[in-house]
Amino acid sequence: MTTAQVIFWVISAVVLVSAVLVVASRNIVHAALWLILSLFGVAGLFAVLQAGFMAVVQVVIYVGAIATLIIFAIMLTRRDMREGGRQTHRWWPLPALMAAALFAGLAWLLTSLPGSGATPPALAGDDHVLLLGQALLTPEQYVLPFEVASVLLLAALIGAIVIAGDARK
Amino acid sequence: MVNLGDFFYSLGIWLQGLLVRAGMSESAAHSLFSALVAAVLPLLALMTAIPLIWLERKWIARLQDRMGPNRVGPFGLLQVFADMIKIFTKEDITPRGADRVVFALAPVLAVAGVLGLWAVIPFAANAFGVDLNVGVLYLVAVGTLSTLAIMLAGWSANNKYALLGAFRTVAQMISYEVPLVLSLLVPVLLSGSLGLNGIVSAQREVWFVFSAPLAALLFLLASQAEVSRAPFDLLEAESEIVAGFNIEYSGMKFGFFFVGEFLHSFTMGLLGATLFLGGWTGPGVDSYPALGALYLILKGTSIYFIFVWARATFPRIRIDQMLNFNWKLLTPLGLFLIPTLALVNRALSESSPWLRSAALLGANILLAIAVLLILGLRGRAARMRAASAAHVPAASTR
Repeated sequence: MTTAQVIFWVISAVVLVSAVLVVASRNIVHAALWLILSLFGVAGLFAVLQAGFMAVVQVVIYVGAIATLIIFAIMLTRRDMREGGRQTHRWWPLPALMAAALFAGLAWLLTSLPGSGATPPALAGDDHVLLLGQALLTPEQYVLPFEVASVLLLAALIGAIVIAGDARK
Repeated sequence: MVNLGDFFYSLGIWLQGLLVRAGMSESAAHSLFSALVAAVLPLLALMTAIPLIWLERKWIARLQDRMGPNRVGPFGLLQVFADMIKIFTKEDITPRGADRVVFALAPVLAVAGVLGLWAVIPFAANAFGVDLNVGVLYLVAVGTLSTLAIMLAGWSANNKYALLGAFRTVAQMISYEVPLVLSLLVPVLLSGSLGLNGIVSAQREVWFVFSAPLAALLFLLASQAEVSRAPFDLLEAESEIVAGFNIEYSGMKFGFFFVGEFLHSFTMGLLGATLFLGGWTGPGVDSYPALGALYLILKGTSIYFIFVWARATFPRIRIDQMLNFNWKLLTPLGLFLIPTLALVNRALSESSPWLRSAALLGANILLAIAVLLILGLRGRAARMRAASAAHVPAASTR
């Protein structure tokens, strides 16, 4: 095994173990902390793939914004942050089945896609961030999805302001 | 005379060559060298906290017409060492009901979040931990660790004042991250590079503080809030919530937060110098690159002095003022600033850097005048409303 493979296996193990602990830990703040570790691991995987931009954005968005807000929501809403209730639901085999089916479907889809398993062609040029930026704003490539996502986020932003706005007016 | 050119760089090359000659393979020597840099850089950063604490105490003392530390050693220089010995011998208390692991993890994260920033600061042309091509985003990503650390410290201590401090943290640090990121985008926009070294190289002619003074001001205010020092020290406001998030910490765990805060402030100064004051550039760096580190530290210390000055002179602001200041002034200003500068920069992309900087400066000044006008009119309207509201009930009661 090469060094890169060893690093990949170690990080994957960290991601998977902490992902299991997210659902298995009884303390809900601990679950959020394991989630953060898992998301950091995913960022590490991106870094191993030399996708530095994706790695950093993963940390900024998932750890910096989403996980922090999850912890904040827990702190604000739970009177006692030590979870005492049952960990499982009566119907837990059903979602487990659905999750397994989803995983199998995704795995099948990814392996049956044309070109999967082949080494992707090397990117032209050294500055991958520049290439990504150009790809996002080129009409032949991803400008439409990019703009649609932007409009969706803007709508969500305005919606949040309207909901949180002063109701007395 | 010994040519100091590329001192740090040639030191690295020499050390790697030595390892290869000692029988290591090329890649192993490189990995060992990287590990060495990764170990030395944080140590160096932690060491700078010692003179910083002395310097800040002296500055604060002079600003308050006091002498500051002056008993231990000449000019009180050894005061910090005495304090260190004292803090090492203090009892380490973990309160009952605290979440032990998280309680111990929080101070570590607080310091790690600051030390991580040092990895990408270019100290001289060839002296930096790594030159990430996403350096600026990396700064934002690492900065989230400090927020996390304070939240965890506040939650795990099982103390309501600590938890209140943690709540304030979220309100403040996450809010002020928005104008901070917006101000970071301006050097990226003007230099066309996300890497810190590219940003420094783009400032060889004109520093960005001259072409985008408003962005520099945004950075200054937002980073002061991000470090959460006075006037933004709401998370440890002693007159309201005793000591805030670190109330239950004692001994070296408290020392970690303390050192982390000082170091974070200075690191923000270094970043400000890198992003807006030309980093390591200065007269004579082309022939003596080691001078660059000196320039960077001098520039960073001057920004740090502004932080200390603000800390010594401004009273702590209220929490509603703090949030209004961010969401109703800094964030909209940043959102207007970026498209304006982008348009001006694009329109003059073919002309000389001096003309372009002058035009950018003009755009900044116009925007600043517009902001001051709006603020003035709004303040006037608010005063008029307050005056009429105070007048009417008084008339009706008679």
